[in-house]
Amino acid sequence: MSAALPLVIDGLCYRAGNMPILNGVDVAVTAPGITAIIGANGAGKTVLLRLIDGLLAPTSGTISIGVSAHPRPSTAFVFQRPGLIRASAAANVSLALAPLKLSRRERHDRVRAALHHVGLAEKAGAPATRLSGGEQQRLALARAWATAPDLLLLDEPTANLDPASSHAIEHLVVSMAEAGTKVVLVSHNLGQVMRLAEDVVVLAAGLAVEHGPVRSTLSSPHSPQARAYLAGEMPWTAFAALP
Amino acid sequence: MLQTLQETLSRLAALDPAVIAIAGLSLRVSFSAVGLGTLLGVPLGALVAVSQFPGRRLVVGLLNAAMGLPPVVIGLVLYLILSRSGPFGGLGLLFTPSAMIAAQTVLVVPLIAALTRQIVADAQDYLGEQLSSLGLNGAQRAAILIFDTRFSLVTALLAAFGRAISEIGAVLVVGGNIDGHTRTMTTAISLETQKGDLPLALALGVVLIAVVIAVSAVASLLRSYAMRAYG
Repeated sequence: MSAALPLVIDGLCYRAGNMPILNGVDVAVTAPGITAIIGANGAGKTVLLRLIDGLLAPTSGTISIGVSAHPRPSTAFVFQRPGLIRASAAANVSLALAPLKLSRRERHDRVRAALHHVGLAEKAGAPATRLSGGEQQRLALARAWATAPDLLLLDEPTANLDPASSHAIEHLVVSMAEAGTKVVLVSHNLGQVMRLAEDVVVLAAGLAVEHGPVRSTLSSPHSPQARAYLAGEMPWTAFAALP
Repeated sequence: MLQTLQETLSRLAALDPAVIAIAGLSLRVSFSAVGLGTLLGVPLGALVAVSQFPGRRLVVGLLNAAMGLPPVVIGLVLYLILSRSGPFGGLGLLFTPSAMIAAQTVLVVPLIAALTRQIVADAQDYLGEQLSSLGLNGAQRAAILIFDTRFSLVTALLAAFGRAISEIGAVLVVGGNIDGHTRTMTTAISLETQKGDLPLALALGVVLIAVVIAVSAVASLLRSYAMRAYG
């Protein structure tokens, strides 16, 4: 069981200036493995991940990760764009280990293991920005994997990747979940959600309108917003028709 | 006019010792100033870029405005500080190359800091959240962003070098344009033009332009090589 469980989000609101983004999200995730967050563009998915990671402070509401506050469960975030610095692949992974204050030897071993895990051991010395898109995203996963996080947050990690690269990323994400890391995945790819996730949260207009096992939620959603999203209706049309 | 050009070329071809000495001092002063300016300006600019604090906009505005500080005013203020009755008069730095280095350092620090801030701020737009997510503190983020933007920062340092080596006001006031001691290319060009020794003034002008082009070319070559090697 991951130290990041339960992940409890209670009455979470976030405003960017005067614009409400999240309007009271309530979600309690207790299952290990992969939880997917889906919803239309602008539903607040990425903001929710940023709030969970602590990159943003909520306007109101709380997020509780795990049962232990000391030490706080560790998190890692893989963004849609891999966010690599102009240095070697190994240096990019090593960067993530800087706050952990490891010995030189330990750091070196972890970098090697992480690169090996994602199949980039032979490209350790290659400039990260020269790697292909799929390799860069695998490197971003290696950077997250090296820190052995309790909670891994993924924001559309396979957007813009070809099927083979997407498959490689999915395989790595599953292996991390099987190793005990709790994974929260934002994705627009419903096939990917079906393949990877145990449960799914549907966000609509800043609210969690549905949360349940992935198959039943996607095949027979209860809320009109989730039905509209899964039917591919335009959100402004779908929500205008709601009472 | 033709005769002046012929004399200029013959002075350059003969490697006139006076020209070499003046060019050497100019390079020493400007390289030292840019070196010191880099040590002060790059971290300052990067820290302003990654930090949030009250009055940050004012600091950014002041940095940008200070890029246009008139060299002669900087020279005058330093003159007052370093003159015998000034707070640092006891150091005896006035009319020495050290005073000229200090003046040019004051001149280039705002330029380097302001350009660094902008370059690092742009890099932070695409890397900032990732670095914050890794749990790195402000100083660590600033250091990494400096490293990431090192190839772009070369351009900022070249701009600083160009400003330092081509200015005349500050070095003239605090250096005094003393022959064989504090005479630089710009002060010598001004003096020789006034004296009517146009061949020497032109020869120095050609050397000055050649130095600026050579430094820029070497920096560009190193930058291209490093970008090919390290992405």
